[in-house]
Amino acid sequence: MSRGAVRLSKRSTLLLRGAVGVGLAFIYVPLIVIVIYAFNSSKVLEWPPPGLTLSWFSKAIENEAAQEALLTSLKAAAAATAIALVLGTLASLAVARHRFFGRETISFLVVLPIALPGIVTGVAISNTFTQVLGVDLSLFTVIVGHATFCIVVVYNNVVARLRRTSVSFEEASADLGGDTWQTFRFVTLPSLKTALAAGALLAFALSFDEIIVTTFTLGAREETLPIWIFRNLFRPNELPIVNVVAVLVILLSIIPVYLAHRLTREEGGAVGRGGRGDKVEAEATAVP
Amino acid sequence: MRSKDAHPARTAWLVVAGLIVFMLVLAGCGSSSDDNGGGGEELQSLGKGEGEVNLVSWAGYVESAWSKPFEQKTGCKVNNKVAGTSDEMVQLMRSGQYDGVSASGNATARLVDGGDVDPVNVSLVPNYETIFADLKDQPYNTFDDKPYGIPHGRGANLLMWNPDDVKPAPTSWDVILDPKKAAAYKGQISAYDDPIYIADAAVYLKMHEPDLGIENPYELNEEQFNAAVDLLKEQQPNVGEYWSEAAKQIQAFAGGDAAVGTTWQYQYFALQEEGKPVQASPASQGFLPKEGATGWSDTWMISSEAKNPNCMYEWMDWIVSPKVNAEVAEFFGEAPAQSLACDQTADKEFCAKYHADNPAFWERVYYWETPLADCGNGEEDCKDYNEWVQAWTAIKG
Amino acid sequence: MATEAVVSRRSVGRRLAGLFHGRPRLQAGSLLAGPVGWLVIGYLGSLAVLLITAFWTVDPLSGEVVQGFSLENVETLIDEPVYRDIVGRTVLIAALVTLTDAILAFPIAFYMAKLASRRGKAILVVAILLPLWSSYLVKVYAWRTMLSNDGVINWALEPFGLHGPGYGMTAIWLVMSYLWLPYMILPIYAGLERIPDSLISASEDLGAHPFTTFRRVILPLAFPAVVAGSIFTFALTLGDYITPRLVSNEQFIGNVIFANITNNQPFAAALALVPIVVMIAYLLVARRLGAFEHV
Repeated sequence: MSRGAVRLSKRSTLLLRGAVGVGLAFIYVPLIVIVIYAFNSSKVLEWPPPGLTLSWFSKAIENEAAQEALLTSLKAAAAATAIALVLGTLASLAVARHRFFGRETISFLVVLPIALPGIVTGVAISNTFTQVLGVDLSLFTVIVGHATFCIVVVYNNVVARLRRTSVSFEEASADLGGDTWQTFRFVTLPSLKTALAAGALLAFALSFDEIIVTTFTLGAREETLPIWIFRNLFRPNELPIVNVVAVLVILLSIIPVYLAHRLTREEGGAVGRGGRGDKVEAEATAVP
Repeated sequence: MRSKDAHPARTAWLVVAGLIVFMLVLAGCGSSSDDNGGGGEELQSLGKGEGEVNLVSWAGYVESAWSKPFEQKTGCKVNNKVAGTSDEMVQLMRSGQYDGVSASGNATARLVDGGDVDPVNVSLVPNYETIFADLKDQPYNTFDDKPYGIPHGRGANLLMWNPDDVKPAPTSWDVILDPKKAAAYKGQISAYDDPIYIADAAVYLKMHEPDLGIENPYELNEEQFNAAVDLLKEQQPNVGEYWSEAAKQIQAFAGGDAAVGTTWQYQYFALQEEGKPVQASPASQGFLPKEGATGWSDTWMISSEAKNPNCMYEWMDWIVSPKVNAEVAEFFGEAPAQSLACDQTADKEFCAKYHADNPAFWERVYYWETPLADCGNGEEDCKDYNEWVQAWTAIKG
Repeated sequence: MATEAVVSRRSVGRRLAGLFHGRPRLQAGSLLAGPVGWLVIGYLGSLAVLLITAFWTVDPLSGEVVQGFSLENVETLIDEPVYRDIVGRTVLIAALVTLTDAILAFPIAFYMAKLASRRGKAILVVAILLPLWSSYLVKVYAWRTMLSNDGVINWALEPFGLHGPGYGMTAIWLVMSYLWLPYMILPIYAGLERIPDSLISASEDLGAHPFTTFRRVILPLAFPAVVAGSIFTFALTLGDYITPRLVSNEQFIGNVIFANITNNQPFAAALALVPIVVMIAYLLVARRLGAFEHV
């Protein structure tokens, strides 16, 4: 199937194409501006740029603080994603496969941390650690904060998948003598792969670019990339480097986004749940 | 499925019940942060470095150019957290995780009052001796006759304008504060975005409304305070942009969004370097508008809960050593505190440009202080900082 | 020896698994222990600790927090008109941004879900996901330069004798709509994907005008997904305090919380009650509309 299934009149299609074009332009014009400013020869962001230069790129790549911050961000995002994957999957299994009092509250509970302002979440978590528990702020507290609001994306993806996969496979496994763990390991988990990948990708992205909760939970020793950017954005001498770092991060992020997309598509075809491949694909992106 | 399973009422009830239960459980152990007993004792002798030091600083005060050599020399690894505002600095210091802070005058009294910092034994900081005399024993760094920190550098809030738009050259803050005159630049005025900006209005009123009897722009009773706040409320519709970060204001002047406003020396010189048409009060006016100006003087203070006091003392001495103090001052764009630093600057004119060794200039500068209710007149009727914050919210609307 | 250990460990695992077999309550309980413990004890507990301070006060002379029940902060919040303005402004912009994003997102999502070829679909999904990875701050700052007097927007409009909006409420609305648009597109896209094409064809075969099909078939089925997306656009706008500071002089709830958090945490906590109440109400309504199955 190489064409979409719905046919519209020429005029409607054209109108729709126009709307898509406008939307994409809205999304991409600022990104193009960022790319252009990465080559700006002046430190002041004027339009049009007085000249172009490549010199900021070498400065950005050599910037040790930025490298360290990138590494810290990757660590934090990986750890937060891992926690969110475990907690999100557990919660979604409970909700999709069991009935219990307060079941309907769970989806409410998981969405709350992302629905409330970051400043509220950040201050609340920071106060609990420093004042109630007496724990110093560190990368660990950042990870706790990030994991808290990342659970929802994993949960949503997995719960959507579980709702659509039939319980009969699991029942069959049980009937054939598989125990709870085996059923999970060999029947449930494989069918969740793509949903988990999509959830993980989004959790990672959310954590990687988070700034407000991070501001309040970060300790003395570390700095994540968004915090590094925040710190340098307001320093005229460093501003061009920030633009370059932003462009490099966008370029680097094409790889995981593309890979995850490929993965979800292939898996979608192979597992073939719910029939058509692109349906699975849609679900995998059914975030945030 | 939807209508059957959704019980909003039950959900709400569960959320509320959960909240109440945990309030009760945790309220008991909650918030025991106020231990005012914080030491109060200064260090008597310097021991071996602890291997690291955790700092809170303004952006640009701790850079690898001078923190790396420090690490090599002392073996103290420098961990630095940049704070954007004085409020943030106080917040971070209260966490007790940091050894020291580069506090401005509008944070120091709060830190001392909160027991968050200790006095400094200046005999353990050899470079203290040659620091400019007019920076020592000031109300924002000395409390109960004890020095609470090492002066780092200072700056004044200048009046800056674009001569293409603003004619004739202004000589007074009235160009942005007198509602009639300011209206001419409606939407192009650039004002500092912080409650402490109320003091700028007080400095103006001190000269123009002598009946109010303002002495110190940081010690305002109700009448004086209200007059300053009202003046800023009248200014608000004319303000194009409130700035709190230097880069934000530089971009506003470079991009034609701002024509006149209060600035730091740093932005002024940065814009000049980029060839932008900006001017500030000339030498004939003593470089400041006729009312004088507010300004800041930063001080390195040591936490009362410092885990690395020896490294912190090493740092305080290092940062005001002539060469390093010159480096910081040039990087940040402020007048160095160390008198010997003026021989070490890369730009030989630097100290002259920033008036570092010109006491007459600084006499007209009112350094930031923390507004306190108990303000020296024995009446305890001054507006405290929380009221400044609330008033600032009301001014911006 | 080693294999034996493995075998015995496995059998322990099997025995444990056997324990769960046929005990759904135990299963559900152990599944939930982690996530619920984390969210209720960790997160709601932290929130509760913060909120309880809303009823404390700060002593004006010593600056110390006075513990005890007082409605002073809440009263200030209600009595001072400036806080009403700020709350009203924040909620208004959040609503406008949500509406704008829904209008912008729907055609894109519809095109992706129902018209694009597989390849086109893949490209579009990546194109929508990509901006989520570029730094929020850098994007806002780029908008700041674009909206500046000598910025791209005025530069592009000048030949037509027009002038951009400059900084202010319009700028906040534009930038926030921009920032959160992908968060609206993706759930709507997923929601539309779930509508069987046959339903749409059936409507057409029965002679319905495309607009009727849209209004009577597509929109009702996709609406929960729109509401799901709106949770994000609304919540993210409500909580932001960096964008308003960079592209306007306007204060949002977040700005005032931030301004008070160090010196007057009780008042900041009282202020935090506002977005919490607003969001919980919003979530309850969203749930009613079935959004939670589509988030």
